[in-house]
Amino acid sequence: MDVDALKKEVTTSQLWRSVMRHDLEDNPRTRVLKVMSNLFMHLHPVRIPRFGLYLKHTWCMGGITFFLFLVLTVTGTLLMFYYHPVKEAAYADIKYLEFDVPFGMLLRNMHRWAAHAMVISVWLHMYRVFMTGSYKPPREFNWVVGVLLLTLTMLLSFTGYLLTDDQLGFWAVTVGTNMARATPLLGHEGPFGDKLGMTPYNDIRFAMLGGSQVAGNALLRAYIWHCIALPLIVAVFISIHFWRVRKDGGISAPQ
Amino acid sequence: MHQFWEIISKADNVPIVIMLVLVCFFTWLSFREALKYDRARAEGKTVKQAVYAEEAGFPERVAVWPHLVRQEFLVAIGVTIFLMLWSIALDAPLEELANPNVTPNPSKAPWYFLGLQELLVYFDPWIAGVMLPNVIVVGLMAIPYIDINPKGSGYYTLRERPLAISIFLFGFLFLWVLMVCIGTFARGPGWLWFWPWQHWDVHRVVAETNIDFSDKFFGVDSASPMGFWIGLAAVALWFPAVMFPPLLLPSFRRSEFFQRLGIVRYLVFASLLATMLATPVKMILRIFLHVKYIWVTEWFNV
Repeated sequence: MDVDALKKEVTTSQLWRSVMRHDLEDNPRTRVLKVMSNLFMHLHPVRIPRFGLYLKHTWCMGGITFFLFLVLTVTGTLLMFYYHPVKEAAYADIKYLEFDVPFGMLLRNMHRWAAHAMVISVWLHMYRVFMTGSYKPPREFNWVVGVLLLTLTMLLSFTGYLLTDDQLGFWAVTVGTNMARATPLLGHEGPFGDKLGMTPYNDIRFAMLGGSQVAGNALLRAYIWHCIALPLIVAVFISIHFWRVRKDGGISAPQ
Repeated sequence: MHQFWEIISKADNVPIVIMLVLVCFFTWLSFREALKYDRARAEGKTVKQAVYAEEAGFPERVAVWPHLVRQEFLVAIGVTIFLMLWSIALDAPLEELANPNVTPNPSKAPWYFLGLQELLVYFDPWIAGVMLPNVIVVGLMAIPYIDINPKGSGYYTLRERPLAISIFLFGFLFLWVLMVCIGTFARGPGWLWFWPWQHWDVHRVVAETNIDFSDKFFGVDSASPMGFWIGLAAVALWFPAVMFPPLLLPSFRRSEFFQRLGIVRYLVFASLLATMLATPVKMILRIFLHVKYIWVTEWFNV
């Protein structure tokens, strides 16, 4: 059988050519086409400054942050198959994941450690961008978007903390949301809160928790913020962030 | 010491140890790169020559495919392996079922908010838990609009932007990373300070009497009307005391720095800086002089 002839037959077929827009010969033209004609690759420019490859320059922290976001999306989606965001079931579901679900413990571990790692990598990304002065014109607005993403990352992690419904998550979220009581004007213990008629049953903390205590409603709200609302918001801001990197002239470089 | 080892090896605290190592490493790395650049510039090289010093003879731009794509792929594999090993070696913590009637001592927020929780020692919750986080986020967003020094864009340098880098490093390393570490490793039951070699004793009591600013320095009851005005004056004077002295110097007003910045930018910058500096000042007053509140009012305390 003539392999080359078969290969030619396949790669020139209508089906193949409708999917693959170009051949795979390694030459400068296909190197460009591989980036330009692929949805995922075209986030990149065709060429970058050489030092954009140096880890000592970029620390790769932005890329690692994005990759961890993808890991968290995948492991999080898998975890959602086994989890009910109700008081009666949540804690038992975690035990079920740990002891019964095949690779459930590994799945949960990966989700938790990737989440912690993402908080760290996003801080370090900010650190690098500051140290190379990469927020300077024309990239000011992208720094602002980055600060929003950093805040959203911590909120994502915070809303996930409660979902295990154990003592650790419950008290961490209790301590965290108790701060909201002290919000000026909008919290019942905050400055001038009582002047606006704030009580534990109508203030901003009540709105966050869906109650005056961290209980069933808070669990459901945390779940919806964690699994739907915040990831969608983050996805929108990541898109803006990446798009602006390109529009603002690619990786920052000395002029 | 034995217990300290238990605390730092607690599964949820391992990331903080990793973060600490990474922050130290990257601080060293960026300083090394910056010093290298600054040295090259001092020798009379141009910006580009100093940045691209090691690349003489190479093309300045490279094709993304295969160079960058290959690197991204390798990093993704590396991160995946690292996460896998981490997840095999260490299990995510799961404590007992949530119980509102059993309060752990100490009760701690998630680790990345422990810097803010640590500030609760020095400030009331409306400042430490609400105002400061908002000022931090807004202040970070304001950086590109305040720091209008055109130098140092896209490369590491210390000499070309000493002010911006020292302020940022102070905020990031001391007021954020260090506070997170203190909140995690040094704060035990009752949020009392425990050295690494001390046992976290739940029955420990520390006799400490903190008194308000006006009592301490003027002998005036902080709850009295006079105490109110003294406190208000102290808080209200802090900001102009940080913001205005440079403006009184003609040499500062004529300086290139101020001319470029303009008065509005300068005032925004100086008020954010004054807020940032107020944090360590209040900490020092509390730790060394046992000052509780600067300003006591019937609605809030500062």
